[in-house]
Amino acid sequence: MSSIDPVTRDLWQVIAATDEITVGVVEATLLLDTRIALTRDSDGSPVVWLRRDEEQGDEIDPASVLDRLPAITGYGYIWTSLGNPPKELFPIPEYAESDRVNMSCGSIGIHVSAPRAVENFLDMGHFPYVHTDILGAEPHTEVKEYDVEVSEERDEVLATKCKFFQPRAALSAIDGMEVEYVYRVPHPFCAVLYKSSPEAPERRDVIAIFLQPMTEERCRAHLLQSMIDSTSTITDLRRFQQTIFGQDKPILENQFPKRLPLDPRSETPIRADKSAIAYRRWLSQKGITYGVIPVAS
Amino acid sequence: MTLSLTDPTWYPIASSDDLPFRHVYQGQLLGRELAVWRADDGNVNVWENRCLHRGVRLSIGVNEGGELKCQYHGWRYANRSAGCTYIPAHPADAPARRIQNRTYPVREAYGLIWSAANDDQVFQPFPGAEGNDWFPLRPMPVNAAPEDVLAALASLAPDDQPADLLPGLTLHFGDTYYFVQPVDAGRSVIRGLLSAQPDSATLRHCNETLSKLRDRVERAAAKKPAPEPLNPAFEKVSAELSTMPEIAVPRGNTLTVVVKRKWTSADGVIGFELAPRDGHLPTFQPGAHIDLHLPNGLIRQYSITNGPGDLMSYIIGVKQESASKGGSKVLVESVREGDLLSISEPRNNFPLRRDATRTVLIAGGIGITPLLSMARFLDKSSLNYELHYFTRAGDVAFRSELEALNGKVIFHTGLPREQIGSTIASALGEWSLAQHVYVCGPSAMLETVRATAASQGWPEASIHFEYFKNDKVIDNSSAFEVELARSAMTLQIPSGKTILEVMRDNGLTVPSSCEQGACGTCLTTVMEGEVDHQDVYLNDSEKRSNTCMMTCVSRAKSARLVLDI
Repeated sequence: MSSIDPVTRDLWQVIAATDEITVGVVEATLLLDTRIALTRDSDGSPVVWLRRDEEQGDEIDPASVLDRLPAITGYGYIWTSLGNPPKELFPIPEYAESDRVNMSCGSIGIHVSAPRAVENFLDMGHFPYVHTDILGAEPHTEVKEYDVEVSEERDEVLATKCKFFQPRAALSAIDGMEVEYVYRVPHPFCAVLYKSSPEAPERRDVIAIFLQPMTEERCRAHLLQSMIDSTSTITDLRRFQQTIFGQDKPILENQFPKRLPLDPRSETPIRADKSAIAYRRWLSQKGITYGVIPVAS
Repeated sequence: MTLSLTDPTWYPIASSDDLPFRHVYQGQLLGRELAVWRADDGNVNVWENRCLHRGVRLSIGVNEGGELKCQYHGWRYANRSAGCTYIPAHPADAPARRIQNRTYPVREAYGLIWSAANDDQVFQPFPGAEGNDWFPLRPMPVNAAPEDVLAALASLAPDDQPADLLPGLTLHFGDTYYFVQPVDAGRSVIRGLLSAQPDSATLRHCNETLSKLRDRVERAAAKKPAPEPLNPAFEKVSAELSTMPEIAVPRGNTLTVVVKRKWTSADGVIGFELAPRDGHLPTFQPGAHIDLHLPNGLIRQYSITNGPGDLMSYIIGVKQESASKGGSKVLVESVREGDLLSISEPRNNFPLRRDATRTVLIAGGIGITPLLSMARFLDKSSLNYELHYFTRAGDVAFRSELEALNGKVIFHTGLPREQIGSTIASALGEWSLAQHVYVCGPSAMLETVRATAASQGWPEASIHFEYFKNDKVIDNSSAFEVELARSAMTLQIPSGKTILEVMRDNGLTVPSSCEQGACGTCLTTVMEGEVDHQDVYLNDSEKRSNTCMMTCVSRAKSARLVLDI
């Protein structure tokens, strides 16, 4: 079994969409090679513990679980930690805006490390090839110059002024348009994307990906949408995001090595990969070793 | 026997039939995954199954006939060299750095594709290989160690005719050869060759025998501890590739080529086919040129006319100019088939974007050469283009090559001067998003195209052209100081004199050739200061990088330059 670095151990880690967990029924999952069980108590609050002999679907009295792992709810998901997590989860302030449609869009298992999936989420160059005619289309393949910084104050990677021509940027988009993105990586295994909303151009739709590192080479992607969209149904919005993710999955599963290599000499970056390079350096500096191939010392 | 990652033996990795038109086959050998694909010219490529950019399997990519296109970001890799020719995220830039995938040796023989982990051994036919019409059996994958599979195959031989064990996990009895392809420590593929075309009863018999053998060997293997799989490492890319790509000017080596063919392509245009002495030539991109080192010491630039993945020779066209100062004249008059010439690695100052909805190519006379290459690349990728070729009557060079293209090729032969402008205007049409025009020809024509395009709404960034001669008027009025870092000298450059001249006046020997900012010989690294570029050798991004300059024509905008001399 792989060892879990202290930074990863002390992070909040996503494990399930809150509304998919039934009160008093056991859900079993895997986090950082560790068997986890969870349920919700009568208040709806999450109860998470190290799984013993419970089986998926067993009924359980949550009050009988004494030895609990830390647990919180945030952005529609349940988060836990194997170590000592910070008091709060990273902020996504838009989530609280009253006119937004917030929804979880499903949890999708992927046979690749969590950091590889984060990097794919930050990448625009693949839009015409992987999300053909939705997020991109040949011949509009150019990734224009954009800005990247690692904010020390907020301890996150931030990419701004990312522009890309998209035939159908969102469900509510009809014509192709150049879309501006902002990406944040506020957590080693989570990323948040802001894009101009087709319905309200002055505001931004928010799409976040929270990755549950199950093993070093397997993860589950949990998706959040926080949209300005008064016409589409939640089912349609979910379906749109699942289509996008369904297109990424086979590409990610054909990536080798499955762990993200942090040695700059293991792959060949181009200018379009600025955000990925910043992300890799940030992971390296934080001392993350889980799900990555650290730079040989 | 233990398998070794560095085993130099040639093993079969696929049947020829596994490589139909435009397919990519996923092969395996000694723990490594391979992307195996046949280009339209018949050449079989065996590459590490991993795009150098983000590690995605190339076997899920697209075989475009002369290039393999990665499924993730559309990077193109050339047939034979596996060199990257195009990065769609940066469509206007030629991939300046030498990005090249790992390749493995390959040979196609006896209906099988053979490869090896390295080049240490020369391919040798198995004894008795020649003179038979070999038939490859359906491959039989077996989850067992290669040596166990070989032993089981040996036991198939009749008692009175024991199997003949040959080197390289091979054995032979009767009229059949069996090769065990070592996929990994615990996985094998049996590949059989029959010495004659079999009937269906024979095939059924072989299939039944091998299926039973597989079941038996796999049952036995399941009882043994599984062998430790081989663990091949991915080679690291060069330090140059690993850093965030600053614009760098490649200082390629020169290489020696043989003049394989010399012919008259049109009145006044001589074609030269330049072939390597062995192997293939380096990767080039459409629009690229080579420097040709002429027997009289001059260096001249010629565009490569070839299409994608066509690396067995470069074909160039040389204009026979009566008034030439000895560049093309020497080539045309004194260079013969069989002669050796020195050329540079390809350079590209005229990169082709492949993200256009419509591409207009306009050639005048010998200017057809880079555009022929561009048309061939666009053609192979089924991209929309029109090629307009203006020549005097009788001067149509590369006619058969142009007629072989599938796109729209329009010959404008012997057009009266007054019609050229209107023809160009209608060829261009009105501009709309993602349209690009490329022009190469006499400077008068370049100017006409630029002016016409501009008047019809084409933005500057959509008009692409290349100069071979520096026709610009050099502004040598500035005066500045140059510090030569390695020579520990400081020189004053007065107006009216070039840096090159002042360096020579001070006893320095510096290489140069054309002395008009076109050939690249005097390329120098700039360590400090801002350059006033006046050459036509460096492309715009190289100029912007401010890291290098041509000392024969370029000067300083700052008061001082520090050069790495």
